[in-house]
Amino acid sequence: MTETVPQALRAEALESLLVEKGLLDPATVDQVIVQYNERVGPMNGARVVAKAWTNPEFRKRLLADGTSAIAELDLEGAQTEKLVVVENTSDVHNLVVCTLCSCYPWAVLGLPPKWYKDPAYRSRVVREPRRVLEEFGVALAADKAIRVWDSSAEVRYMVLPEPPADAGSLSEAALAKRATRDSMIGVEIL
Amino acid sequence: MDGIHDLGGKYGYGQVIRETREPVFHDRWEARVFAIMRGASAAGAVKNTDQFRHAIERIDPVAYLTHGYYGRWLGGLETLLVEAGLISQAHIGSRVAELGGDPSAGIAARPAKHPDIVAYESVAGRSYRPLQAPPHFRVGDRVRTRTTPSAGHTRLPAYARGQTGRIARWHDGWVFPDSNAHGRGENPQHLYTVAFAGETLWGAEAEPGLTVHLDLFESYLEES
Repeated sequence: MTETVPQALRAEALESLLVEKGLLDPATVDQVIVQYNERVGPMNGARVVAKAWTNPEFRKRLLADGTSAIAELDLEGAQTEKLVVVENTSDVHNLVVCTLCSCYPWAVLGLPPKWYKDPAYRSRVVREPRRVLEEFGVALAADKAIRVWDSSAEVRYMVLPEPPADAGSLSEAALAKRATRDSMIGVEIL
Repeated sequence: MDGIHDLGGKYGYGQVIRETREPVFHDRWEARVFAIMRGASAAGAVKNTDQFRHAIERIDPVAYLTHGYYGRWLGGLETLLVEAGLISQAHIGSRVAELGGDPSAGIAARPAKHPDIVAYESVAGRSYRPLQAPPHFRVGDRVRTRTTPSAGHTRLPAYARGQTGRIARWHDGWVFPDSNAHGRGENPQHLYTVAFAGETLWGAEAEPGLTVHLDLFESYLEES
C-alpha cells in the first residue's frame, strides 16, 4: 500500500517516543509482524477443525469445552480464555461477530480481517445475516436456522464448519488445508 | 455508553467490502500500533482490556468510523498514554512534524482532563473469576435486559436493551467490565449466554429462523 495516512506518522511518532523513554523495545514491531504472519493465524483453527472432522472423540471434546480441547494442540496466542465452538449442521448455520468492538479468537484464527472490524459487517450481521451471507456468495436454505453469536464478553466463538463433500477421501493434513478462515467465522460454506 | 462503537443493528453502513489476499498488516504502521499496545501495557498506561476498550469508545467519533481498526487502537492508546502522564500530545505533535507530517492531522485521541484512575492490575490479563455465590438464573429461564443506557463502559449493546430472551448457557463468574473499565474494581458477576429471537429484536422485518446470542452479565438481567 503506497498511500500514507496521517495515522501512519502518528504511530511512528508515538512508537519512537516510547522507545526513547525506554518503554518499548524497537524490535517489538518486527516480532509482532513475524508472530502474526507465521505462528498465530487461521492455519491453527484449520488444524483444530480437521482434527474434529476426522476424530469423533476430539470433536465431542471440542464442542463440550473448546478451551481444553485446543490445549491438546498446544497453540500460541491470546483471546481464548473461554473458547466456545459452535457446529454447523444440515439444520443450523452459525455466524460470529462482535458488534461493540472486534472480539475474535486470535489463538485459532489470528487477527481478524478488515471487513470483520468494519461498521458494515458489525452493524448488519445481527439484523440481516442472510443478506450479508448472500453478499459473501452463501445462499442459505430458507428453512435453515441461523444463529448469530455476538461476542459481548470474554467468551470467544469459532464455527466448526460442515466438512466438504469429499472429506471422506482426505487425510487430516489435507483437510486442514480446506478449512478456511471465513468458514470458521461462518461466512463461507465449504 | 451510547457511542459510535455500538454498531449492532444500525443502518446506513452499506455493503461488506472484502479485500482479496488481504495481508495481516497492510502497512508497517499497523504493526507499530500493536507494539505500542505492548509498551503502553508494560508502562502501566493500559491496566486492563475493559479500560482499553472504553478508551477506544471515547475517541473522536468521526475518527472511529474513518481511521480503521488500528487507527482506533492508536486513538485509544494515545488517550491512555496521555492520561497516564507518560507522554503529551504536544510532544507527539512535535515528533510528527520532525517526521515531515502535519501535527494536527489524524488525531483520534480524546484524553480526559480528569481521567479515571485504575490503581490495580488484572491477573495476567485473565478475566475468569469463579464465584462461590450461586447463579441467579438457570438455563432456560426467561430474562429481560436492562432498559437504561449507561454513561460509562458497558457490554450490553443498545440493540439488546429492554429485550426478552432465554438463558442458553451459564459461564460462572467473570470480571465486570462496567466497573473494571473505570478502575472501580473487578466485581465479578455470573455471565450468561442469552438467546434472543430475531422477531423479538427486529419485529416483522426479521429474517426467518434467526436467533442472536449475547454474553450478558447478571446485573444486566431481570426475570421476565
